[in-house]
Amino acid sequence: MRTPLFTLVMLAVAAALYLSFRFVGNDYLFFLGYVVLQYVVIATAWNILGGYCGYVNFGSAGFFAIGVYSTIFFYNIGQAPEEVFPEFLLTPMKWIFPLPLPVLIVLGGVFAGLIGLGMGYLTLRLRGVFFAIATLALAVVLETFIVNWSFVGGSRGAYVIPPENIPVFGPFIQYLFVLMLLLAVASVVAARLIERSRLGIGFATIRDDELAAETSGVPTLRLKLIATVLSGALFGMAGAPFPFYIGYVEPNSAFNLSYAVNAIAMPMIGGTTSWVGPMIGALILSTLQQVVTVTISSAVNLLITGLLLIGFVILAPNGLIGLWHDWTGRRSKS
Amino acid sequence: MQFDLLINAIIAGLMLGAFYAAVTAGISISFGMLDIVNIAHPGFIVLGSYIAYIVNAQFGIDPIVIAILALPVFYAFGALIYGIYFQSFEKRGQDSMRGLAFFFGLLFVTEVGLIVAFGVDYRSVTTSYVGGSVNIGPMEFPLRMLVPAIVSLAMFAALQLFMTRTFIGRAVMAVSQDPQALELMAVDPTRIKRIAFSLSMATCAMAGAFLIVIQPVLPSSGREYIGRVFAVCVLGGLGSLPGTLIAALLIGVIESIVTTFYGPSWAPAVSFGLLLLTLAVRPSGLLGR
Amino acid sequence: MSQIMGQPVTEVVDDDIAAPLLGIDQLGKRFGGFVALDTVDLSVPTGQRLGLIGPNGSGKSTLVNCISGTLQNETGSVRFNGQRVDGMPPHQRARLGLARSFQLPRPFRSMTVAENIRVPLLYTVGARHGVHLTQSELEDRCLEVLSLVALQDKARKSPLDLTQVEMRKLELARAMAAEPKLLIADESMAGLSHSEVEDIVALLIRLNQRGITIIMIEHIMRAVMAFSQRLVVLVSGRKVADGAPEDVIKDKDVVGAYLGT
Repeated sequence: MRTPLFTLVMLAVAAALYLSFRFVGNDYLFFLGYVVLQYVVIATAWNILGGYCGYVNFGSAGFFAIGVYSTIFFYNIGQAPEEVFPEFLLTPMKWIFPLPLPVLIVLGGVFAGLIGLGMGYLTLRLRGVFFAIATLALAVVLETFIVNWSFVGGSRGAYVIPPENIPVFGPFIQYLFVLMLLLAVASVVAARLIERSRLGIGFATIRDDELAAETSGVPTLRLKLIATVLSGALFGMAGAPFPFYIGYVEPNSAFNLSYAVNAIAMPMIGGTTSWVGPMIGALILSTLQQVVTVTISSAVNLLITGLLLIGFVILAPNGLIGLWHDWTGRRSKS
Repeated sequence: MQFDLLINAIIAGLMLGAFYAAVTAGISISFGMLDIVNIAHPGFIVLGSYIAYIVNAQFGIDPIVIAILALPVFYAFGALIYGIYFQSFEKRGQDSMRGLAFFFGLLFVTEVGLIVAFGVDYRSVTTSYVGGSVNIGPMEFPLRMLVPAIVSLAMFAALQLFMTRTFIGRAVMAVSQDPQALELMAVDPTRIKRIAFSLSMATCAMAGAFLIVIQPVLPSSGREYIGRVFAVCVLGGLGSLPGTLIAALLIGVIESIVTTFYGPSWAPAVSFGLLLLTLAVRPSGLLGR
Repeated sequence: MSQIMGQPVTEVVDDDIAAPLLGIDQLGKRFGGFVALDTVDLSVPTGQRLGLIGPNGSGKSTLVNCISGTLQNETGSVRFNGQRVDGMPPHQRARLGLARSFQLPRPFRSMTVAENIRVPLLYTVGARHGVHLTQSELEDRCLEVLSLVALQDKARKSPLDLTQVEMRKLELARAMAAEPKLLIADESMAGLSHSEVEDIVALLIRLNQRGITIIMIEHIMRAVMAFSQRLVVLVSGRKVADGAPEDVIKDKDVVGAYLGT
């Protein structure tokens, strides 16, 4: 399927989803749906670097939190511009602030992408494991800075008060849901486009054999940086609307390990070599998590996620997609 | 006054560093020598802390004695994990990504498993020496730091002796360099790696006991040490035990000084920052060639 | 025959000494305290078939790595097609027209054989100034390169399903697809049967007839002698002989250091 057609199909599916949710008319559904879609973005973001290039990012929570805190930063400026800007800038700034949510999402993406670029530049020359370890470190360094930065709430946390209603969409959560839905569609379309492009082939050569890739003319360092920036930016964009969703953010919730684990577990369980895997993994796993969290407890839900991750990497290294191919392959033979 | 503060910060840092050395010893073996990126290591250390906590609460035995008794259990556990790792990842080759995800999953499952079993409260042990301290002039040595530091150094010395003086120890050092040469000597590299990995896991029992003597422990305590252990390991030049010790003492002292003069909330960034810096500037470590 | 230590016997082979395609000057590389390459000079004119031999650990692979950019030399310089290339990452050298194959084949395992060939077409040929390949041109080039090594029937297979010799051919084909000016074939024949070796030698000579300069690193003397117009011998990181093959193998230093044992 050509990309424009695929985009249209995805948008149609998204529209159908939104309309059917509206038809049910329960805001709780939008709250749940938001989380599931957020994980579609996160899993897709992780997979661009992890699945396509083979570089494991353990610091997903850090990139997500950059988006979260970028929003809080600009929100706080909007709350009290007179404390931030000098007199002569106040009038234009009051015109600009508060920034609309789509702009905040873009800003979150820009910051997370830039941090990804910086870290990638420091560590991507080294073997992949060092990159993985550095990403672990990055999340903690960032958390330490946030804890010590009182403007964004420090360890106390920060409140963001969303407006109750918004024109066209009605309840604010529905607006958030639509934004996340569009972001999810955009990230899946982007991932699919990359996969089939020259860039995606370059990424796959890095995953397969970096040395052979270089000698075949693939500029591996530049490609890895591109992947890190793209992936980081998507994480940041997924995190940017989060303060409005949750209302109160503290470092522990923004840097929660469950983002890092889900970011890895969802693509691994779905299958890492194509855009379908992370999406399927995110849809299945986060829906399951919502159910288990409600019916049993959130700790048990995380335990199940961890065990599923271990089980899949051992027993089904190509994820659900791999199992599906095995199964259809066997059926077509018999 | 400032000078006293500095002296005590350095002393505390050295004791802390000795403890970090014990925490990192296992990583130096698994990551440094065997090239197995066991990021779950700190999680297993916390597991060791909880075992010390349970037995100590039940029978009042000293946590370090408990750790010594638990060594065979952790050794066996290590053999099991290496077995799974070897069968699923190492034998298939070239798939480091899934191996990393495997250990990440283990880290996470250990932490969440402890939360499910014990909740998110701080746990601590009672020993005769926890509150005491030795004072020499203006210098203060709290026993809850000093005892783990001394036992840790002893463990470190024993490991170094084992690695350099015994046949198996030398084989472990050789296995990362040239597994083929080992095979020519009729030594099975897989067996050597299993022994070494089990040994690295056994150090978790000891380090876990030290940890819970030094401070109360949470299921998530392990994560604070991931950056530290890898910072120490990389800074020490991957797989060199003496290098690990020097790097551990260095990071302990720097952290302690930062804590004393800038507040404890900045301490975690020290080792992580150093790790990033080392990776960016000198990935072969302080003593590496 | 006179001693030929360290100096090219120019009258035998060089017909274009003015502008060598590859010019290596005083090249040095150490690993820790170990000297892998010690002030090596080598000048290769366009169109030559050069054999490079030497015992294990003599620095052959290090030399190849320094030329192709997988390792960076510490002293001396590498010039290619009139341009200094030392310090450049491998992919830039590849785009200038420097291709190599690896001793142990390193295919892209998750791709098909044809896709393996597409990579250099996209990233080397496609990245050169003024070259843009359409989808159908890409496909045509892929098949063309594969038929050159008689792998066109395996185009849709995974490289993991290939035999040893097919794997080597894929390795060479991938290097070829980049349309190089210079091809370095690093032990492409180790472990192959008699007829397979002849197959590969014939292939390399065919490529040379298309105008590609080739450096062949090899242990199999039969193949080296059949292929080379000029032979260079490395021992312990130093060039000990350089000249016409039949002269070099008679050289008593070479015989002593290498062939005699």
